[in-house]
Amino acid sequence: MLGLDKKDAVLLVIVAVLTMFAPFILNPFPEGSAMAQFNAGYPDLMQRFVIFGIFAIGFNILFGLTGYLSFGHAAFLGVGSYAAVWMFKLLSMNVIPAIVLAVIMSGLFALLIGYISLRRSGIYFSILTLAFAQMMFALAYSVLTPITGGETGLQLALDDPRILGQSQTPEGNIPVPGLFGFEMRDSAELVIGSWVFTFNLGYYFCGVILLLAFYLAIRIFRSPFGMMLRAIKSNQQRLNYTGINPKPYTLAAFVISGMYAGLAGALMASMDPLAGAERMFWTASGEVVLMTILGGVGTLIGPVLGAGAIKYMENIISKINSDILHSWFAFLPDGLEDFVVTIVYPFIGKGWHLTLGIIFMLVVIFLPGGLVEGGQRISSWLRNRRARRDDRRSKTEPAE
Amino acid sequence: MGILEVKNVGKRFGGLQALSEVNLSVAENSVHAIIGPNGAGKSTLLNCLVGKLIPDTGSVMFDGQSVLGRSPFEINQMGISRVFQTPEIFGDLTVMENMMIPIFASRDGSFRMHAVESVVSESEVVDYAEQMLEDMNMADKRHMHAAAMSRGDKRRLEIGMCLSQKPRLLLLDEPTAGMARADTNNTIDLLKQIKEDRDITIAIIEHDMHVVFSLAERITVLAQGTPLVEDAPENIKGNPKVREAYLGESA
Repeated sequence: MLGLDKKDAVLLVIVAVLTMFAPFILNPFPEGSAMAQFNAGYPDLMQRFVIFGIFAIGFNILFGLTGYLSFGHAAFLGVGSYAAVWMFKLLSMNVIPAIVLAVIMSGLFALLIGYISLRRSGIYFSILTLAFAQMMFALAYSVLTPITGGETGLQLALDDPRILGQSQTPEGNIPVPGLFGFEMRDSAELVIGSWVFTFNLGYYFCGVILLLAFYLAIRIFRSPFGMMLRAIKSNQQRLNYTGINPKPYTLAAFVISGMYAGLAGALMASMDPLAGAERMFWTASGEVVLMTILGGVGTLIGPVLGAGAIKYMENIISKINSDILHSWFAFLPDGLEDFVVTIVYPFIGKGWHLTLGIIFMLVVIFLPGGLVEGGQRISSWLRNRRARRDDRRSKTEPAE
Repeated sequence: MGILEVKNVGKRFGGLQALSEVNLSVAENSVHAIIGPNGAGKSTLLNCLVGKLIPDTGSVMFDGQSVLGRSPFEINQMGISRVFQTPEIFGDLTVMENMMIPIFASRDGSFRMHAVESVVSESEVVDYAEQMLEDMNMADKRHMHAAAMSRGDKRRLEIGMCLSQKPRLLLLDEPTAGMARADTNNTIDLLKQIKEDRDITIAIIEHDMHVVFSLAERITVLAQGTPLVEDAPENIKGNPKVREAYLGESA
């Protein structure tokens, strides 16, 4: 199917089903029930799952295949966001030109930064990319205020030209990003019993782009180019003496992953048309590293899972507060209830980073291959168990 | 005029004159061994041939073209393949992928952006790699991770990878170092077979006299960074200068 072998096609179908049915899958609990706060099926969060999924897929093309750990990839995310918002200010509120410009601009930035940073490898490469990203953050925050909006960020205004669109709507509002007349914030709701499912146009737009991005990543992984990138990670010396120049290959991988980041940045701006310098801060670069490692470095679906897991924790665990905890543990005797709540409290709310840190440590120590390795272990365990059971059955049968 | 002409090559590392006035001519389609005691400059010389080091003086010509100042990948593209002392292969990749990479390199050059077509659809490369693995008796291992193989198999694979590029000159850097006798003999047989089957020039750096005298048609003895003698194997054995270089003057 589509030039993929069976295993990859199955993977693509799985991701397609997950993305298309996410409003159902992520909303398993009825509205108003105690568990409803674990629902993640609202547009804002689903968009973030998908956008960070794209970001992590792109990052994995560089880190997972070549082993070059960039610690400044958020810079390209920021460039993409700024470029997209500028398109909304100058051209029109259509998201397509915004995305195209964002991908081109982030590609150019990646070409420049990659060309310089790739003169070194290992930790020095990581430090160079980190330095570039922090420089770009500092510039965006201060000197480049006319272009980036500085501290307040880049926002749309009523007097923006928007030469192909309109500066303001007839009602005197700032127009919202859209796609040929449809607005990104358009949503439809489906109510079944006490369940409410929201289908948001912006989410489905991002979802389709995620599928395209994922499909392209599979093609790259399975191409001779992808094989060369893995060879770079494995043994650069042998590659050199085999007549291959590793430099253009790593640079191409760097630019491709920078363009993925720019695409993600543009989608962020398309969902919510503003861009701030904090998107380029080093913690944002670190986050995508965590996503990729948590999901599984060098695997196809790992980064998507990692991005989903981290964004879910960030949004759901951080919303739990002590009142909710007390209501959960209300069945316990008073003293014990307070005790349990005190123990659990540091891990929720603002403490969600602590939970993330512990999960990350456990994954790195016990599942170095990330969530994907966890899945593989479970499925091989199940397969073994079934095989053993079949064995036993076939052994007992002759006795009858 | 040999296929590889080394003239007056000198290389100094700080206070150490590693090579001085090295002259060497490797005739086309011959097996030429370079031997010498530890520290004689064998590896330095080899590194000057493949672009890892640039000599301070002299010239290195391959097939009438200078190799000096070129990167290792450019020199490989000129037709020189190198086998390392410890097998250098792509350990994280499968044996089949290991074999395909050099074939892609000789077909597509040092860089080609073929990012959307799939590897398995490149039937001409796949078929050739399959056939090379058959030739190297490794077809049954094609899906194995290369790092999981025994040392002898890794060596065999590395030689196969170099041969798949149909190099005009194959450089071997102590190909049997650290090998058991049986593996050493297998490697000797393999190299003999290769020499019989194809038009190829082999230059071999070796410590093990057994290997040298079973393969070489011509031997250069290097001592203290400079060639001592160059002769046919039967004349090298009895040469007093060689004995002196290896065993010291008293012998």
